[in-house]
Amino acid sequence: MAILADENTTVLVQGITGREGSARAKYMIDYGTRLLCGVTPGRGGNSINGVPVYNTVQEAVEEQGPIDASVIFVPAPQLKPAVFEAIEAGLKMVIVPAERVPLHDALEMIALARRKGCRLFGPGCMGMVTPQKAAVGWLGASVDFANEIFIPGNVGVMSRSGGQTGTVVWSITRTGIGISTAIHIGTEPVIGTNFADVLPLFEEDENTRAVVLFGEIGTVAEEEAAEVIKEGGFSKPLVAYIAGRTMPSGMRFSHASAIIERGRGTAESKVKALKAAGAHVVDTPQEIATTLAGLL
Amino acid sequence: MPKLLEYQGKRLLKEMGIPVPLGDVASTPEEALRIATEIGKPVAVKAQIGVTGRFKAGGIKFADTPDEAKKAAAGLLGKDIKGARVNKVLVEERLDVEREMYAGIIVNDSYKVRSPVLMFSTRGGVDIEEIAAEDPDSVVSLSIDVLDGLSIEEVRSLVSRFNIPLPLISSLSEIVHGLYRVFRGYSARSAEMNPLVLTINGKILPADCRIVIDEASVFKHPDLEIDFPRDISREPTELERIAWRVEAEDYRGTGYFVQLAEGFGPGEGYVGFHGLGGGGAMLGADALMRHGLKLANYAESSGNPTASKVYRVVKLVFSQPDIDAFVLMGAMVANQEQWHHAHALVRALKEELISRPGFPVVILIAGNKEKESLEILRNGLSGLPARIEIYGRDYVYNVDFIAERVKELSEEYRRT
Repeated sequence: MAILADENTTVLVQGITGREGSARAKYMIDYGTRLLCGVTPGRGGNSINGVPVYNTVQEAVEEQGPIDASVIFVPAPQLKPAVFEAIEAGLKMVIVPAERVPLHDALEMIALARRKGCRLFGPGCMGMVTPQKAAVGWLGASVDFANEIFIPGNVGVMSRSGGQTGTVVWSITRTGIGISTAIHIGTEPVIGTNFADVLPLFEEDENTRAVVLFGEIGTVAEEEAAEVIKEGGFSKPLVAYIAGRTMPSGMRFSHASAIIERGRGTAESKVKALKAAGAHVVDTPQEIATTLAGLL
Repeated sequence: MPKLLEYQGKRLLKEMGIPVPLGDVASTPEEALRIATEIGKPVAVKAQIGVTGRFKAGGIKFADTPDEAKKAAAGLLGKDIKGARVNKVLVEERLDVEREMYAGIIVNDSYKVRSPVLMFSTRGGVDIEEIAAEDPDSVVSLSIDVLDGLSIEEVRSLVSRFNIPLPLISSLSEIVHGLYRVFRGYSARSAEMNPLVLTINGKILPADCRIVIDEASVFKHPDLEIDFPRDISREPTELERIAWRVEAEDYRGTGYFVQLAEGFGPGEGYVGFHGLGGGGAMLGADALMRHGLKLANYAESSGNPTASKVYRVVKLVFSQPDIDAFVLMGAMVANQEQWHHAHALVRALKEELISRPGFPVVILIAGNKEKESLEILRNGLSGLPARIEIYGRDYVYNVDFIAERVKELSEEYRRT
């Protein structure tokens, strides 16, 4: 068991003939993901990495039957129409890795996804890995690397940092504890799926016994995760780490969402909310794995 | 921060048909005199700076005559207010205030909202967060579905919840609806009129406005002439401007650089900081500060940047001549092939360290092609007259150890 993606999840890649799209599609296929096909306008009828290419998502769905998820490797200027196309074609999960996406484009994508009942990840989301079942997105990067790090087990991981999603997993699995599913939720200021949306999924998943949250300054994502716990939407052990505790306000730090402004998004507020909800907030990243070991 | 100055924001409001106070912007006392003469009544002379709390800091002066306006402008222009240099003043008719209100649209990232929210209050003049905390009954709000847009009827029914005379409801609704069109038209993160003033003559005018453009959308609006589209709430430094050009000229990967301290001298213990990956850089910076180190800057590279981009970021860090150590905090098991970073570091450090005998350098780098990268670094940096320590994946989350090493080496360096 896992959440969101497993060995049965069918995937298409939009922008599959591009530099990024083709490399990431190859990784997903090599990892064992059921990647059925790709879409690039004007390149229909070709095949790449052994899967067919269609001109439109609609055409792909007509030929292949229902597809669960699309990963969209399309640069920011053409991104919005591509995301709209996937949602309009009825896909129920869309992953958007692009960063620096114009905010109002992101708001429109999120609004359409909400209307159509589609779970949108990102923008700025590297995707997810369910060890030995599926990699949807480019979390893991290469099969050798992913196999070394993503070992199956009972801990869910969710993070606001792409690099740290893999690093948290690495720090856990090297101590012999495995992962149910690891998810990068995205780095942009407004994202389609947040910690608060993912926690109930981990709650339902009988294979997940504990969850690790890697948070950062900025937004209210961690405070809202704490709210979900308080309201009973998540009752398993949660280990949390917040990066950026010593960073000043009014300045963003790398990720577009990592900025304390108008008094929102301080590390203190996040630590306080999570602790009050009963989460195990650790002060240094090396304590994530050790704290987790004591809880399982 | 791509935050528009008051006069720039008011120009956008005016273009959208929103009435704004009579006035214009001046760069010299003489221009201020001319504008005040044209207005022909008492004016306010307002420093155009991107910081809040301007009035309390002495950035707004009132003048009854054009001569007084000239004097007020002379007093403000060239002055530093809360760290911002006053290059322009807005000379504007002084409003006779009957009441102060607030209207604003702010994007709300909450998972329950994820949309712009229109807020209106019959109180104004202080931050909306403060108004909402003090007097929640004076605030109404409405989440906006960006696909449907916002209709003037929706605005009207929102503001009609207060006892506002009917003739005013219409003009107020049009003004607030205009604000939404500015918000959408210019890809704003937030657009606020505060205070929105009702004058004793029954006119509604924005006395001040604050519009923040989305950093990722600045390219869509060249007419705004935003030369530094970064979310920093102070004036950028020269090095930050160069860093922005490094980023803008090469779209591959991210190279980020901001200064956290300025004006320090040698031996004061400031560390040149370069982290890898957004989250890793932040947690690494936290560890250094937790161990009592002072960071001169925060630099970060990620997303598989080219070696040339990484090289330029390292060079920027070393453009702070009085740093007492350099740390590459790669607190991540990176997906990207790390040898691009290794090559860039070798080239930049060879150039920089030759003239800095004994200078401490601590490098932590791990992830894809780690073995090769460590070899490139060890070979490339051998023989340099600096104190260089290089660490791999066993130390990725042992950032406290790395911080201790930086601390010890920089203290030794300062003693010599």
